[in-house]
Amino acid sequence: MAALSRAEAEARETATSTAHTVTVDLATATVRSLNAELHRPTATSYEVLHPHGAHSIAAGVHDEIDVHVRGHAGYFCAGMNQLAHVVVDGSAGNGVAENMMSGTVRVRGDASQSAGATGRGGLLVVEGSASMRCGISMKGIDIVVGGSVGPMSAFMAQAGRMVVCGDAGDGLGDSIYEARLYVRGSVGALGADCVEKEMRDEHRAELAELLAAAGFEHGDQQLREFRRYGSARGLYHFTSEHSGTY
Amino acid sequence: MCGIIGLHLRDPALHPVLGRLLDDMLGGVAERGPDSVGIAVYGDEERTPPGHAAVSVLRAPGDLAATVGGLLPGAPAVCAQAAGDTTVLTAPVAVDALVAAVSAAAPDALVVGSGTDLVVYKGAGHPRDLARTYGLRDVTGWQGLAHTRMATESAINPEGCHPYSVGADQCLVHNGSFSNHATVRRELQRRGTAFDSENDSEVGARFVAACLAEGDDLEKALLRLGETFDGFYTLLVTTADGFAVVRDEIACKPAVIAEHPRWVAMASEFRALADLPGIDEARIFEPDPGRVYTWQR
Repeated sequence: MAALSRAEAEARETATSTAHTVTVDLATATVRSLNAELHRPTATSYEVLHPHGAHSIAAGVHDEIDVHVRGHAGYFCAGMNQLAHVVVDGSAGNGVAENMMSGTVRVRGDASQSAGATGRGGLLVVEGSASMRCGISMKGIDIVVGGSVGPMSAFMAQAGRMVVCGDAGDGLGDSIYEARLYVRGSVGALGADCVEKEMRDEHRAELAELLAAAGFEHGDQQLREFRRYGSARGLYHFTSEHSGTY
Repeated sequence: MCGIIGLHLRDPALHPVLGRLLDDMLGGVAERGPDSVGIAVYGDEERTPPGHAAVSVLRAPGDLAATVGGLLPGAPAVCAQAAGDTTVLTAPVAVDALVAAVSAAAPDALVVGSGTDLVVYKGAGHPRDLARTYGLRDVTGWQGLAHTRMATESAINPEGCHPYSVGADQCLVHNGSFSNHATVRRELQRRGTAFDSENDSEVGARFVAACLAEGDDLEKALLRLGETFDGFYTLLVTTADGFAVVRDEIACKPAVIAEHPRWVAMASEFRALADLPGIDEARIFEPDPGRVYTWQR
C-alpha cells in the first residue's frame, strides 16, 4: 500500500511550512540544545540534520511546530509529543512517539520496538514496518503502519485505533481492552482475549478515515481486505477459570 | 543495560580496517556499558601469527613468557604483549599445550581466551579509554566483537567483563541476565565443567561450548540454550568460522542486524552501525524472538 510519494510529501510540507525554517545540525549541536530550542520555539519549522541515531530527538515538544528529522532517529524520538508534527526521514529506534498526547509523528522508514507505547492521542504513521510491541498499552493514540508489526503488538491496548496494512506477529492484542485493531494481512496467533470481530460499515468508515489521515490508499478494494480485531471482554475481571489463560 | 557490537567481514578488502570500523561502532554503545569493555578479534596476523597459538591471560606475572617457554617441549620462543589488564601470549605450539603451560606456570593467572585465530582483551574502565589501551583502531582481521558492560550479576572487574571465551576460538557476549544460571552451573559442574567466575554469562558460554563439543552446530547449540535457560538475553556468539545472534522469546533486550554484501554487523543500537561503509544499502532488521541467525565464513 503506497504512502505519499516523496514528491507529494515535499509538496505538502512546502505548502504548510513557513518561510522561516531553523536548521539544527546534530553533527555539531547536542540533542539537549536542540530540545531546549524545541521546548521554547522561536520558529514554527525546524529541520534536524545528521541525527545519526541519537536518542530523544524532539522529545517533549508541546507547541504546534513542524520538525523534520533528516535521517535515522534513536530511542524515544518525539516521545510525549503534544501538537507538533514530527517527520523522521528514516527509521526510528525504540519507543518512537511513546506517550504521545496529540499532533502527528510520521516515520518514513521502519520503527523499532514499542512504537507509540502508552500513547494517549495524536496520530503515529510508520510508512515501513514496526517491530515488536507496537502500540503496547496504547490509551487513545491512532497508529497506522504501512508494513507489518512484530509479535506482541497492542498488548494491553486500552483505547485508540491501530491499522496494519501488512501482517501482525504472534500475540496480537493480548489482554486488550477497548482499542480497535484493523489488519490487512495475516495475523499470527491472537493474544489472550483478543478475537476477530465483524467488519461493519461504521468500521470501514473509521478505517478509511485513518488511512486517509495517514496518506495511504483507501479505496473500496483496499478496505475490503482488512479484518477487525478487538477484546472478547473475558479477562476484564480475573476469575479462577481463567488462570490457565494467562 | 550492556552494549554489544559485532562485525563479520565478507569482503577481504575491508580486513585492514576492521579495527577502525569496530572502534567507530564501539562509540555507539559506550553509554550502554561504561564500567568495562572486552573485545575479541579474529584473524589479526600481527597478534595471532599463522602457525601460532594465542592465549589471553589476566593477572599474568611479568616473567610469564619465559616461564611458559621453559615448560614447553623444545623451549620455543614465547611472545608476550600486555594491554592493560590483559596479556596475550603467542607461541608456535598447539593451543591446548600453550593453555596448559600457562596454567602450570602461573596458577593464579586466568586464561580468558585461546585459539589459533583469536585474541581477547578484557578490562574494567570506560570503553573509550580501553579501546586505546587495546589498540583497537589498529586491529586487522575478518571478524570482531566488543561488549560494553553495565554490571548486574557480578562484580565490576576484568574477570566479569565479556566476552566469555571458554573454547578454542569461541566467544560469547550477552546483554541481559540469566535467572537460572546457578542451576545450570551446578548441572555443568556435576559433568566436570570448571568455572572461573560467578557470572551468569559464563554459564551460557560454558553451556554453548559443551554443546559444540558434543557436535552441535551453532544454531542447534543456541536453540538448546533457549530450552535450558530462563532469563533475558541477546547473545552474539562467534567461532573459528561462524557468527550467530539470538534473542530470548520475549526479546526485551535490543538487537539490530545489518547485512551488506561486504559485511554482516549486529549491534544493540542502530547508532553503532551508522558509520559502516554502505549502511544505506544494507538490509537492516531486528532479529525475531527465539530465532537463531547464523553466518559462516
